Amino acid sequence: MTASDVTRSGLSRRAVLAGSAGLSFAFALGFDPGAGALAAGPGGRINAYVRIATDGTITIINPAAEMGQGVNTAIPLIIAEELDADWSKVKVETAPVDPVYNHPVLRTQMVVASISVRGYWMPCRMAGAQARRVLMEAAAGRWGVPLAEVSTEPSAVLHKASNRRMTYGEIAAFAQVPEKMPELKPEELKPVAQFRLLGKDVTRVDVAAKSTGRETYAIDVRVPGMLYGTLARRPVRDSGPVSFNRDEIRQMPGIVEVVALDHGVGVIGETVEAVFAARQKLKIQWKDAPGFKMNSETARAEYLAKVRDPAAKGVVGRNTGDAMGAIASAARVHTSEFTTDYVYHAQMEPHACVASVTPDGLELWAGTQWPTRTVEDAAKAAGVPAAKVKFHHLTMGGGYGRNAFVEYAVDATLLSKAVGKPVKMIQSREDDMANGRFRPMTAQRIVVALDGQGKVSGWRHRIAADTIVPYLYGQERMDAQKGVDHIVVYGADMPHYEVPNHVAEHIYEERGVRTAAWRGIGAGHNNFAIEVVLDELARMAGEDPVAYRLAILKDPRAKAVVQKASQMADFSRKRDGRALGVAFSKLGAPPIGFALIATVAEVSVDRASGKIGVHNLWMAADVGLPLQPSNIVAQLEGAAVYSLGAALKERVTIKNGLVEQSNFHDYEIMRMSEIPAMHTELIRSGDIPLPVGELSMGATLPAIANAVFALTGKTLRHAPFTPERVKQALA
Amino acid sequence: MASVAFTINGQAVTLAAEPNASLLWAVREQIGLTGTKFGCGSGLCGACTLHVNGEAVRSCQTSLQSVAGKRVTTIEGLSANGDHPLQKAWIAEQTPQCGYCQSGQIMKAAELLAKTPKPTREQIVQHMDGNLCRCGAYPRIASAIERASKEG
Ligand code: FES
Ligand code: FES
Repeated sequence: MTASDVTRSGLSRRAVLAGSAGLSFAFALGFDPGAGALAAGPGGRINAYVRIATDGTITIINPAAEMGQGVNTAIPLIIAEELDADWSKVKVETAPVDPVYNHPVLRTQMVVASISVRGYWMPCRMAGAQARRVLMEAAAGRWGVPLAEVSTEPSAVLHKASNRRMTYGEIAAFAQVPEKMPELKPEELKPVAQFRLLGKDVTRVDVAAKSTGRETYAIDVRVPGMLYGTLARRPVRDSGPVSFNRDEIRQMPGIVEVVALDHGVGVIGETVEAVFAARQKLKIQWKDAPGFKMNSETARAEYLAKVRDPAAKGVVGRNTGDAMGAIASAARVHTSEFTTDYVYHAQMEPHACVASVTPDGLELWAGTQWPTRTVEDAAKAAGVPAAKVKFHHLTMGGGYGRNAFVEYAVDATLLSKAVGKPVKMIQSREDDMANGRFRPMTAQRIVVALDGQGKVSGWRHRIAADTIVPYLYGQERMDAQKGVDHIVVYGADMPHYEVPNHVAEHIYEERGVRTAAWRGIGAGHNNFAIEVVLDELARMAGEDPVAYRLAILKDPRAKAVVQKASQMADFSRKRDGRALGVAFSKLGAPPIGFALIATVAEVSVDRASGKIGVHNLWMAADVGLPLQPSNIVAQLEGAAVYSLGAALKERVTIKNGLVEQSNFHDYEIMRMSEIPAMHTELIRSGDIPLPVGELSMGATLPAIANAVFALTGKTLRHAPFTPERVKQALA
Repeated sequence: MASVAFTINGQAVTLAAEPNASLLWAVREQIGLTGTKFGCGSGLCGACTLHVNGEAVRSCQTSLQSVAGKRVTTIEGLSANGDHPLQKAWIAEQTPQCGYCQSGQIMKAAELLAKTPKPTREQIVQHMDGNLCRCGAYPRIASAIERASKEG
């Protein structure tokens, strides 16, 4: 995406208003003929985001999917702020699938890359302000006073000169939605200094339901006459079932149907227990496919050989200046190599979806990071037009990138279609893991050119890794991007550092493994390599890691987070048996802006067992304008815990195409006892909220690796840093 | 088919029980109390934690037949109005993220506070260590338990 795309697609005022005009047209169709009154419209709808009922209840439509990140509070709060709504009267609804709610940058309804709040920021401010203006105009009209004389307080319009006041609910009883919605200029929005909701830590709208068992996830949905289903999916791409023991399974107690699909075998029955038991008894012969040759242990060495091989061509993903020229003319060259393993999302809700295919269409209950695609793909599977899909969009029991792939909605639909009844499709944890979609395995090689003064003159980052974009967005998009897999190379650029010549190349590894973006996107692996190399350069320069970074970082905000984190950690103070490491990271892209973070980790190493203990994490994060500070801290700390798993133990290994791990006993995630004390501070650097949800993912791993070096003098190059690998490194 | 009688959240129920029926799916799919979650099905995550006679158990590892004559309490029955001290503390600390693990976390924590009203941080961590939270909400799970133990 280019800067002009972003401007055109809605971050500019013009685009926003054009969008809003489109909305009011769309709503006009929903109104009774001749009825422009709010009260007569569907629930008092002012625009796509706001409805006001005569009792004063304000319904705000949240366009983005909730999966734990708090977006169903943060985005409605933006609208409520500009609307000057009494928050206690606000009800939040999740948006239906409708292009009106498309993400302004992604141009579809999709929640990825931590850009929901950032993307909807201006459209939602405008929507709230516009709704407020409609109410003000209506009140001014009724009172016969000029618009300029009225103002608002929470959920009421005031005319101070005559001491009159009307609540939003009272106004909704008579107000007309104007044919032409008022156009506001950005300077007419509320000044940030006057915000009374944003920045103040409003209670998340979902925590009460989530503390009482009342929140409904897709797996919780029950509809009359519903059967249960599960699916044995082909383990690798391009395979499918050749034969299976259908008769045996069909006769098992409680089994209603066994369905052969192109990509797997579905089992449908009367209870969850029955279908899970039958699934375990399924014996499937799979069609051969290249993926069955995949062995991750040997492949890792091959990936490494690729990044070393000058003949192996990579696709240039990021480029500034002439890195190759700088390397050719360097006074000195430093080379460093790294690998990272496949990792699994492990969202706590295994894939589940309820579908009911009837002659009239499809009704679907799903949690998804990509609602638009969910409806499209499920409609196709049902063989009905998308308009015939009644979609219930539910909150997710975790997403982290996994639920941008919506195959579970297709599976549920196909199973329902096969039996002509509603089906709740649930994947066992074992199946969820066996057909997980993993963050690519990577081998990385960084070559740094240093000039005569020891300054960095060039930087070449080669990444051998599986691709993601063709499987998430399609080959067409990959081609349109000239083969740049922006998910894999994410975070490989270094705009905050004084690195005049830089190139990042992606060498494709296509081995049939199912991949996806993982929390942190490419930064999870790329920034590990970058920030460990920076520590190596600091040592070559004879400087301490903080001082070296402060010298080579050119961006003042970046310097500020490094300074802050090092102060918080008291970086220069020596610890007994423990040591500190620092790393810097970023989240975002140039047109959106970057959120920045510096993390300091304090570690110890048990040399006998090879076990790393992480005792403290200090994080300083510049998030632009923090809208929900306490929730931002929760996201930063939660993502730090997530990345601790990738640092210390999480790895998927693949043998003959099959995932070797099967549940939480052999794919362990972080437990409470393993969590360091976390100290997090936010820096406000502007009036725009920047991406948050994955920010800490990039810095945790390298901070730990750098701390282990400080303690042991050995660099950990292979993530996760399992005890065996630590022992090897120390040997 | 055998039938099993027990109480759930104070109410008597009698369910037909297939030999392979698990308490988890009986509670969720037959009774319709879906606050108790399915996470791993193998006793490894704690998402399915509920109480049987006041003890926190993993319902995915508990057969329906085994609760005959016993008292089963789920997150829905922990308090009359969602105002158990832990639930209030969970909200005050803004603990849940995706929320999927939280019923199990709260039920496990309720067992701790019933036995040890003033647990130390170490006791909390030790007691809660088997309940996984992929969102990494652990710091706030621990601080909410501490808050509940103080505020009661
Ligand atoms: S679902 Fe029972 S312990 Fe995980
Ligand atoms: S809050 Fe998401 S798994 Fe715990």
